[in-house]
Amino acid sequence: MSLWEFANPARFMRISGAALPWVAGLAAVILPAGLAWGFFLTPDDYRQGSTVKIIFVHVPAAMMAINIYGMIVVASLIWLIRRHHVSALAARAAAPIGATMTVIALLTGALWGQPMWGTAWAWDPRLTSFFILFLFYVGYIALWAAIEDPDKAADLTSVLAMVGSVFAVLSRYAVNFWSQGLHQGATLSIDRDQNIDPVFWLPLLACIAGFFLLFLALLLVGTRTEIRARRARALQLAMAG
Amino acid sequence: MPDLGPYATAVLGAYGVTIAAIAGLVAWLVLRARRVRRELAGLERGRRRSDG
Repeated sequence: MSLWEFANPARFMRISGAALPWVAGLAAVILPAGLAWGFFLTPDDYRQGSTVKIIFVHVPAAMMAINIYGMIVVASLIWLIRRHHVSALAARAAAPIGATMTVIALLTGALWGQPMWGTAWAWDPRLTSFFILFLFYVGYIALWAAIEDPDKAADLTSVLAMVGSVFAVLSRYAVNFWSQGLHQGATLSIDRDQNIDPVFWLPLLACIAGFFLLFLALLLVGTRTEIRARRARALQLAMAG
Repeated sequence: MPDLGPYATAVLGAYGVTIAAIAGLVAWLVLRARRVRRELAGLERGRRRSDG
């Protein structure tokens, strides 16, 4: 099956309708299990004490915030190049989920930073670029809502998404570009021999999987809603005309 | 319940914020999905009536 088959709204509705209960069910099991594992069954860190448990919500939310923006950029490019409506509507549906993940990452980061850094906020390169990423999410959602013609809205929001992609990249790599600020480097890396201790790493992987499945389930719900809303608008226009 | 020591407020706050934000997002998406589906069903009924 080719990826482009999803570009047909009727086929997307059929396939996503069959997949949704499984994805949502997996998310409903894995996310609470991962969070409970991290909260109840991990020890305190020798230096950070019990605040290390915040990693299980902060890191997955931050990863999702950045990667969802990446998905929006890719879907926007597909819209601009191939004019597939489902990709534009999927990008629109992903934005509120990404914005929520950004808020979670910012707030849990502040709650973690206060006892560990002595401040909830600093104009550190990573924190600042993450905050700007949140503003791009808000602007993107507002722009979709402000323009009545859906194709024009998809065009303009796609351009906005491209501009904001700079901050999505910066929020991930800012600590590498500028060796200053309070935020540490990446917690997990596939090209490193040693990551954090498995006692934290394994529940963290479970939480990342749970957050990803939650995103996938909500993205399917949101995209299906956007497709229905688009059809409802077309029917309203046809009946009015 | 694990002993969170002096950081109980920060840790419980972080989990509370996360669960509240996710619950709010899920509720908003599900309610909107239901409203749009109802609206579309009504419009399609109306169109069938006017066609038939």
